[in-house]
Amino acid sequence: MTDFVIHPGLLLIVGALLLPLLREAPRRFAIVALPLLVLALVWQVPDGAVWQTRFLDYTITPLQGSKLSRLFATIFSLMAVAGGLYALGQKSRLEVPAAFVYAGSAISVALAGDLITVFIFWEMMAVGSTLVLWSQGSANAYSAARRYLMIHLLGGVILFAGITGHIVQTGSVAFEPMQPDSIAHWLILIGFLINAGAPPLSAWLPDAYPQASWSGTVFLSAFTTKTAVYVLIRGFPGTELLVWIGLFMIFYGVIYALLENDIRRVLVYSIVSHVGFMIVGVGIGTEMAINGAAAHAFSHILYKGLLLMATGSVILMTGRRNCTELGGLFRSMPMTAVFTVIGAMSLSAFPFTAGFASKALISQAAGDSHLLYVWLLLMAAAAAAPLYAGVKLPWFIFFHRDSGLRPQEPPANMRWAMTIFAFLCLALGIWPQALYALLPYSMDYELNTAAHIVSQLQLLLFAALAFIVMRPWLKNMLASTLDADWAWRRLLPALSQVVAVGMNRTGLVLRRASLHASDHLLQIIQRHLGEDAKLARTWSTRGMSLWVLVLLLGYLLLYYFR
Amino acid sequence: MPQTNAMKQADKATHWLDQPRHIQRLWRGFLVALALTIVAQFFVHPHPHFDVESIFGFNAWFGFIACAATVAVAKALSLLLKRPENYYGQRDD
Repeated sequence: MTDFVIHPGLLLIVGALLLPLLREAPRRFAIVALPLLVLALVWQVPDGAVWQTRFLDYTITPLQGSKLSRLFATIFSLMAVAGGLYALGQKSRLEVPAAFVYAGSAISVALAGDLITVFIFWEMMAVGSTLVLWSQGSANAYSAARRYLMIHLLGGVILFAGITGHIVQTGSVAFEPMQPDSIAHWLILIGFLINAGAPPLSAWLPDAYPQASWSGTVFLSAFTTKTAVYVLIRGFPGTELLVWIGLFMIFYGVIYALLENDIRRVLVYSIVSHVGFMIVGVGIGTEMAINGAAAHAFSHILYKGLLLMATGSVILMTGRRNCTELGGLFRSMPMTAVFTVIGAMSLSAFPFTAGFASKALISQAAGDSHLLYVWLLLMAAAAAAPLYAGVKLPWFIFFHRDSGLRPQEPPANMRWAMTIFAFLCLALGIWPQALYALLPYSMDYELNTAAHIVSQLQLLLFAALAFIVMRPWLKNMLASTLDADWAWRRLLPALSQVVAVGMNRTGLVLRRASLHASDHLLQIIQRHLGEDAKLARTWSTRGMSLWVLVLLLGYLLLYYFR
Repeated sequence: MPQTNAMKQADKATHWLDQPRHIQRLWRGFLVALALTIVAQFFVHPHPHFDVESIFGFNAWFGFIACAATVAVAKALSLLLKRPENYYGQRDD
């Protein structure tokens, strides 16, 4: 290394650990200033390996720059800035430092040059996010945090096994594109996919995230799944299996989000759906598709952050979290309503929003690669996405019937955080070239053409029409729904109960049998060696000398015949 | 949350979104927008990737059908998957 470059991720982690030592005013200043500094430092990282050192027998590269890593590190730092600003009023002193450790680790994964560094910060993300969840303080959050940690430790162990195998096979720790062609690479892929929220373990997302505090969920939504998308882009571009996994995630997310009643769970299911879009992009693997996946991760953090901030505000100000308990809030929270509508439009990929700028690239890539069915399914998902968020969320929270609630707007810092993200959602839709310039591959793509805008508006408006026509169907449909976490929250405990009861019973039977057997043995011994038993009696001298005589005679006979 | 007098007054004056004629106007506006997107199709020059895209109003009818199908599937699944709110035990907040 020639010039000394500060590691932005490590700076955020170290800074986060020092935050609790500060008094109130400097702490609030640091919560906004620190991630801003980190954002500036991300852009100081030059291309190629910057920090390199020897660890055991390997050259590890804790800091390495590229267009792709800077894109992800940028959006992660932006999220830390806005999230910190939003969470200034958070009473828990643990949450923001934990969230910054989490964000710093995500930035470090994005800037990592080798698999060992990736793994170390991968695990630190799990710890940081668990603490964010934990800091909410309720018993529900605590047990959700435990389940969350279990899944991520499992993912970590699988990833570790895969990385170890990869190092043994190749002798290199460098993080290069791989194919799922060996057990080690499969394990790495599975480890990555668990964090992406892929089936069958995707239920950790809707189980855990909505249990965090009103500000905690905002942080949680951004980092884990998008780091997973980032490592998939670097590790497994063009792996066809990912197209099908992604498509499954898209529709799973859409349908569950449609059924869900809890406003934040709706958005968390929508994360799965949108990460599905990104994973389809990674699976297609062309330059346009990779650009689309990366751009969609960027814009998704913006609008999902915005929507979770808006719903967090509603939860903070009303104390309610279900669609069916809310309604008519536009009267007293008009700003939050506008932010929600902007976020929802961006999520629906409405023209002139960030979501349109990024989602269009993935569809374009599917079209360019002549994948008709993939393209049709992506179009169908794009049409159905506005249902659950574009129409359902603003509708149930702010319009619909009047719930009688008249909450005030959230505090100024929260409104500012939402303003920043709402501005970016619109700005990147109106000037998509600003986003496209950050993407890993240069491309020639004109987004805001009349043809694109007209066809997208047709798709979205007619989908909205279908939603409105079929609205009566949605009545009484909103509820909690069964998901795969049933397997580890109901089935496994039930199974272990069965096993425990079974073992108890078997133990009882075995004990009875052994008691019975030992009783029997004792009786036999008693019969032969007891007080009056033959073997225990005192024998007469005459009898004894007779037996000795017999023995000696026998010995003589044996000796004679030999 | 205590309501101030000003807030109560603001409540009594009906919000423009509460008035039926405005809602009716929004509806008409929506239908006009739908029609406009169809009309606009005659004036733009798309570059279709697939034959199916060239069918008239593809995005409109495909969007409608996809959305309707999703609601139908969700409705069917909801009968299977719906559970009471406190299925996994009480919420404590």
